[in-house]
Amino acid sequence: MREAFGQALVALAPKHPEMVVLDADVATSTRTLLFARAFPERFFNFGVAEANMVDIAGGMATCGLRPVVSTFAVFISLRAAEQVQTTICYNRLPVVLAGNYAGLSDSYDGASHQSIQDLAVMRAMPNLAVVAPADGVELAQALEAALQRDGPTFLRICRNPTPVLFAGAPPFEFGKIRKLRDGGDLTIAVCGVPTFMALEAAERLAAGGIAVDLLEVATLKPLDVDALAASARKTGRVLTVEEHTVQGGLGSAVAEALAQCQPVRMDLVGLEDCFAESGDYLKLLAKYGLSSTHIEQRARRLAGRSDL
Amino acid sequence: MLKAGKVDVDTVLAETEALKKAAAMQYLAQHFRIQVLDILHDKGTGHWGGAASAAELLVTLYFHAMSVRPEEPLWPERDRLVVSKGHASAMLYTVLAHRGYFPVAELDTFRQLDSRLQGHPSMHSTPGVEMSTGSLGHGLSVGLGMALAARVTGNRYWSYVLVGDGDLNEGQTWEAVMAAAKYRPPRLVALVDYNKVQLDGPSAEIMPLDPLPDKLRAFNWCVAPRLFDGNSVHEVLESLEWLRAQEAWPAAIIYSTRKGRGVSFMEDNAHWHGAPIDDGAYAQARPELEATLAELEARL
Repeated sequence: MREAFGQALVALAPKHPEMVVLDADVATSTRTLLFARAFPERFFNFGVAEANMVDIAGGMATCGLRPVVSTFAVFISLRAAEQVQTTICYNRLPVVLAGNYAGLSDSYDGASHQSIQDLAVMRAMPNLAVVAPADGVELAQALEAALQRDGPTFLRICRNPTPVLFAGAPPFEFGKIRKLRDGGDLTIAVCGVPTFMALEAAERLAAGGIAVDLLEVATLKPLDVDALAASARKTGRVLTVEEHTVQGGLGSAVAEALAQCQPVRMDLVGLEDCFAESGDYLKLLAKYGLSSTHIEQRARRLAGRSDL
Repeated sequence: MLKAGKVDVDTVLAETEALKKAAAMQYLAQHFRIQVLDILHDKGTGHWGGAASAAELLVTLYFHAMSVRPEEPLWPERDRLVVSKGHASAMLYTVLAHRGYFPVAELDTFRQLDSRLQGHPSMHSTPGVEMSTGSLGHGLSVGLGMALAARVTGNRYWSYVLVGDGDLNEGQTWEAVMAAAKYRPPRLVALVDYNKVQLDGPSAEIMPLDPLPDKLRAFNWCVAPRLFDGNSVHEVLESLEWLRAQEAWPAAIIYSTRKGRGVSFMEDNAHWHGAPIDDGAYAQARPELEATLAELEARL
């Protein structure tokens, strides 16, 4: 997904002359290097100083530029959290905060580099939109949508190549849930990389007689409550799946919304209040509960059909 | 026998005008101090010490140095000032109001519900405020962003940042110091209101900053050759002459100032960083400020 990010920056640059890109000594990793090579006068590397970088972006945004701030999600959401809140969000500045290497995708580097709380932190910031695309196609479209928004946007980006799901599909719509399957037995709401796992799980569930209403929730905030509530009303059961701690992320967002308008039985798949570790990405995800097999099991249990 | 040399009438007239303007700004700064004291006493909240120390700096910037249009606060080519020491908000608002950004009567709403004058500066609430500040350490980064934007967009506005001792405690300020020296954007200026007292006590005890000019020079900043008295409009004007002659960036001017300037028992006293102005203190302080104001008025 990071390649798609770097390529999208280059592709969008001519159409958005006010766009500048800022990085904190990880341009080679986040692939903003591609933009830096193509548009050196619009690229800034501020070294390993994330808080400074975010505030510089804020100053630029007050003067007509559209900064894209890129570093690892764990640093932008924690090291620079106060700058994101007080400079960017309080002032509703049109800055794109690109949180790369999100979730467990910096898998070999271990817990210090993995980002399991960024959605919780960013969702709590007033005025900030939060988007977690499921593939590179959606990421590029979400980036362009973010550049056209009036306020700040957090974009969650995976480090690794991920299955392409939306090539040729209707384009990403900001704030809209994308329905990937229609079913009446159970809703699965998913965001980010685990979307392809949920698709696999839903296929197997269908073969076993459980029809899944599969919702891809790229925009966590503002949440498409209408589409979510309609699905919950239909199925009466909602399983959420996210590459994030279950405290404060997609599952929480869905629970907060449904508790107010359509309370249903729920279960949340994600990290269970723990740090992960080093290892191969997909194996690591599986060890911490993120695989199509695990999603399928949890779905059966929630559907009351764990015997199947 | 009178031996009159040649006289350049225009120069004499211009210098006389400049002296008169400087005296007027010194008077205004004192007048605004009294107004700030009145507001802080009346509302029972707000920061006196850092507001009083920045009076002459803010007056000279807004009434002399900066190119701004109060009737068009978002004029794209305006000079920018980020007041990183946002706790000087009462003085900033008083100066902005008298400069014409909003009605002076509105100062009476300071820190009250539904007011445009938040406890610390808020850019979307108050016309003329360029950046929301209050949490220390943000300003220099923001000002650097503004100066870099000027370079990218081909603008020539100045980006001033007013920082205080507390700002310079924050690691982020030094990140910005390094980054500014890397990119060297023209017309980026750090103005240090160096009053040497913080919330908890003297900076020398809380977090020593000296030798501050040497530190900034070591980080490759262009630092004014001496400390200027930031509570003297004459001195501030002199420092700005140095600045106008600058060709290398970024530039820093360090102003020696007095926290709580103008009230004998409040000067250099950390208690008056943010303590409410009670009736007893007010009754003692106001006549002192008035006496100085009368002296300054006599010189006009």
